[in-house]
Amino acid sequence: MIAAIAIGVCAGVVAGLLGVGGGVLFVPGLVIFLGLGQHQAEATSLLAIVPVAVVGTFKQDGYGNVRRHDALLMGLLSVAGAAAGVALANALSGELLRVGFAALMVIVAIQLVRKAVSEPAESSPLSASGKHPGTK
Amino acid sequence: MQPDRSPKLPTSRSLKLALIGTAAGAFSGLFGVGGGTVMVPLLVLWLGYGAREATGTSLAAIVFIAGYAAATQGVYGNVHVLDAILMGVPAIGGVLIGTWLQQRLPTRSISLLFAAVLVASAVELLSQ
Repeated sequence: MIAAIAIGVCAGVVAGLLGVGGGVLFVPGLVIFLGLGQHQAEATSLLAIVPVAVVGTFKQDGYGNVRRHDALLMGLLSVAGAAAGVALANALSGELLRVGFAALMVIVAIQLVRKAVSEPAESSPLSASGKHPGTK
Repeated sequence: MQPDRSPKLPTSRSLKLALIGTAAGAFSGLFGVGGGTVMVPLLVLWLGYGAREATGTSLAAIVFIAGYAAATQGVYGNVHVLDAILMGVPAIGGVLIGTWLQQRLPTRSISLLFAAVLVASAVELLSQ
């Protein structure tokens, strides 16, 4: 139970910082520390993501980082894709799904490293207090 | 607040957003994640978003995407509601800390650290 709460806090910090990572930590956390199967972990992660994303969105909107029209369009039009993805997940074995998920985690890691390496070192945007010039 | 820079959306732009949403939805449903992994780079590369805007906008879309996917998984009977609450509610506190820090820290070193955590978790996951 304490493990679940700790995973929640850590995943939340990462989600707020990098915009990705809530689910990428929820799923392995649920499998490794709470012993859920891969399908149950993925499904539970999805539900846990919703309140986190709601609060994160309000905060990001306050910083002026949300293009609302685009977000609404993407979100509303994702329904068919989401249904197809869930159906596919439930058609696959837990083991296959877990290998796929581990591959996903490595890909996300590579993406992060490439981004960090290619970006010029950022200066702290603190002085702008919430109003920063868009990155680059 | 973001001024609306695109009062007349070109159709191709809406189509791109629809495609990104669909891809993110499929990805989210398949892997149990929000889909930011797909959306953030596509928004940057395809629609010229800055990193912070891509992050914020994808988070807003994730509310819908994860909501749809969680409801569908619920039909399959896979959702552990209590565990979701135990993790999801403390994570809200985490997000508040994370977004506060994002405006104040260079995200570069954090990205590298998180990448290392991801690889370690992947190895641990496979050893289960």
